Amino acid sequence: MSIQSDTKLASTALTQFGLTEQEVQHTLGVVKVRDVDYADLYFESCLSESVSMEEGIVKRAVKSVSQGAGVRATAGEKTGFAYSDELTRRDLEIAASTARYIAQSPKGERPVAVTHCAKPTRDLYPAETPISEVATKDRVELLNLIDAEARRYDPRIKNVMASFNTEYKIVMVATTDGRMVGDVQPLSRLQVTCIAEENGNRQMGTWGGGGRMAFSYYHEQERYKHYAREAARQAILNLSAVDAPAGVMPVVLGGGWPGILLHEAIGHGLEADFNRRKTSAFSSLLGKRVAADACTIVDDGTLPFRRGSLNMDDEGTPTSRTVLIKRGILRGYITDTLNARLMGIPLTGNGRRESFQSIPLPRMTNTFMLAGESDPQDIIRSVKHGLYAVSFGGGQVDITNGKFVFSASEAYLIENGQITKPVKGATLIGSGPEVLTKVSMVGHDLKLDEGIGTCGKDGQSVPVGVGLPTIRIDEITVGGTRG
Amino acid sequence: MSSALPAVQDYSQLALDLLARAKQRGATEADVMVVDGHNLSVQVRLSAVDRLTKAREKRLGLRVFFGKRSASTSTSDFSKSSLDQLVADTCALAQAVVEDPISGLPAAYATDRPDLDLYDATELGTDEHIALAKRAEAAALSADPRVSNSEGADFNSSDGHVLMANSHGFVGDYRSSSFSMSVSPVATDPSTGGMQRDSWYAIQRAYARLESPESVGKEAARRTLRRLGARKVPTCKAPVIFDQEMAGSLMGNLCGAVSGHALYKGASFLIGQLGSKIAPETVTVYDDGRMPRGFGSRPFDGDGLPTRKTPVVKRGILKNYLLDTYSGRKLGMASTGNASRSVGESPSVGPTNFYLAPGGSAPEEIIRSVKRGLYVTELIGFGINMVTGDYSRGAAGFWIENGELAYPVEEITIAGNLKRMLLDIEMIGSDLEFRGRIASPTVKIAEMTIAGH
Repeated sequence: MSIQSDTKLASTALTQFGLTEQEVQHTLGVVKVRDVDYADLYFESCLSESVSMEEGIVKRAVKSVSQGAGVRATAGEKTGFAYSDELTRRDLEIAASTARYIAQSPKGERPVAVTHCAKPTRDLYPAETPISEVATKDRVELLNLIDAEARRYDPRIKNVMASFNTEYKIVMVATTDGRMVGDVQPLSRLQVTCIAEENGNRQMGTWGGGGRMAFSYYHEQERYKHYAREAARQAILNLSAVDAPAGVMPVVLGGGWPGILLHEAIGHGLEADFNRRKTSAFSSLLGKRVAADACTIVDDGTLPFRRGSLNMDDEGTPTSRTVLIKRGILRGYITDTLNARLMGIPLTGNGRRESFQSIPLPRMTNTFMLAGESDPQDIIRSVKHGLYAVSFGGGQVDITNGKFVFSASEAYLIENGQITKPVKGATLIGSGPEVLTKVSMVGHDLKLDEGIGTCGKDGQSVPVGVGLPTIRIDEITVGGTRG
Repeated sequence: MSSALPAVQDYSQLALDLLARAKQRGATEADVMVVDGHNLSVQVRLSAVDRLTKAREKRLGLRVFFGKRSASTSTSDFSKSSLDQLVADTCALAQAVVEDPISGLPAAYATDRPDLDLYDATELGTDEHIALAKRAEAAALSADPRVSNSEGADFNSSDGHVLMANSHGFVGDYRSSSFSMSVSPVATDPSTGGMQRDSWYAIQRAYARLESPESVGKEAARRTLRRLGARKVPTCKAPVIFDQEMAGSLMGNLCGAVSGHALYKGASFLIGQLGSKIAPETVTVYDDGRMPRGFGSRPFDGDGLPTRKTPVVKRGILKNYLLDTYSGRKLGMASTGNASRSVGESPSVGPTNFYLAPGGSAPEEIIRSVKRGLYVTELIGFGINMVTGDYSRGAAGFWIENGELAYPVEEITIAGNLKRMLLDIEMIGSDLEFRGRIASPTVKIAEMTIAGH
């Protein structure tokens, strides 16, 4: 992906932050002392808005503005980092002096020329009306519609909690290799939780969606109704759920959000930082088989409007599509500039950070398995006794020993090839480098999730996406109560 | 009292100005919260500096009420123009939402200012941070040849200052500090090449109280080494012992279930249980907002109300929910001073120092009481349904045979229901220690389902 010079964009970003090009060059000069290999400045301005409802009332409206800059210097494997929520020349200078502390070099302070002002050549999230300009009353109205829709679904729905959150982020990165690049990153998410009650049995259902699209998305194809009905349907379904089984059994995962399996089992273990440090269960497995032949897995930050997509990552590198596993063989890692440089491997545009207050780390974007050839119905029919899981809560992984979990929130028993009773939520546990070798069927029905994922690492949260076709895992441990 | 210390910038005038400006715009009530602080964090890995982070931050939150409508905003930009905009935005936002009949500030507010000993003025330089982190990591790396690698060790110091003011005349502030370190060694099994990581940490309000880096590093190595050679166990039902840290997570689940917000929304498995027996007589749980040097201690809560010590469970009976002003009104009860608030949000409920009172058994004694069962030292995942209490999480720890830890286990789950698990608490350790806002001694649960191979 090429970057074209665009001085107009850079000057717009500078104005946003009340900065001049000289101030940026001066700050880079302060941080770029002799032993600093690379340094960058990350300017961010973020407007977050949230409205939420419960008991039929939109009670909560919150708006927050945050603005600041992070200054980072790297020297060998060392990273120095400082940030400031003031953008004056003096505050930036203090931050730059702190960041360069790791390189015990004499003062340099010759300005670093920024010669290449650019913006990403593509726009993955064009919008006629920025999400930040959606009126509060329209947000409130959306939640009211959802409340009505969920309650209409079934009289046993006793409470509806819904929230609509938006974020409008303006970022600019300036680097000691003379680049300056900016982006405007919108993000929104609509989340619905329903509580159903019948004869003292209370159950919950949740659904939601979002991404980097315009507000009209939620009304198109009546998506908000779909979220409301799905949350209500799941809560009602769980009223009749039986105890989940415990032990090793075949599990069929439905398409879409169950792709969280890939995120936990494979994705984190392929982030370059753990592999450079050789603390990942995947550290010595490049070129080796880690999945069945039918499995090809990619991380793709270039899908338009997706929650995990970005025009550029938070180091100013264009995002890309990276093949992690090709036909079962481990092919690549997810990298940021520091780890790509130290490991001598390709830069994939996965350097991401939660905000100016945190350092970039190699992180996933949208991680999914490519479609296979099986008919999803045949996959279910192939299982004599097992579990069919279609929706999940969160997951977690221990990078070093590779053990991961993810917890089903909607699942069914499969008995003699038929989906029968819904079961209560249960955690599935497995080993990252092994679980995909047990995938025996991959459906032709690849689905991406609806846009609700948030990934946590080192205390930093970033939005991500996942996707999966229907797959059959021949054996995995299911943590139910029915032994 | 802490606010007398000179280094803090006084934001009280700024807060009072904002309250006055909100009133001018027609707000009937308002409150302001200002938080500022410094932090310095150093991470070393394999004896070299890996990452150094230093920052000062500040943030201001404003909440306004127009009768029964309210909204909250926040900003990190304290310039006059930005704050003017903030007041205007907040007032506009409040008028765009729906009336909530029970919203509003509490009538009273905290008037006492206990010294909770939350602040230690010790200043450590960057080089001292680096040296301390290096010592902690070195102790782990030199503990055993099988400690082969490291995810690093860190040393952090931070201080913070919180100021709150409201339109009823409340102004209060307090300072706090924290010093912490952690070490995450990686050990390799020489026979299989399999790796394990674990970690250990120490945290204190006062630097002088912090354990030595060497003891933290050694404990981290011990915890990592003992996991080598872990395997699965067959699926079964058996007694499960939660070590201090994991029992703390169980208390965290209880804490979530007694939160007023979860209760009035119908999202807790303890709805309607006030006054009922939810655990055996040996179980007593407190939330104490005024424990000296406590990690959750503060003189007043996020509504400006005084904090206090609340018995949550007394001899197995659920005595009190944890409430802020709003959820208290919802449930027809008085606030327990548990309003927890991040800047720019309306308050919710949070624990102060929430703990299970210690029992009489040494942890070793509890292990000895189990013929065949599980000792859990790690739990992963989010498999807890707070509405039903259904519980299913990934676990690692040790298999117990005839009262002794026989071998390490991993890739298993433990499952049950929190309602049943609380009633099934069979033994409580004498080993209560605080390393956070929620703490517990070792706890033994009579029986859970363990899923393995």
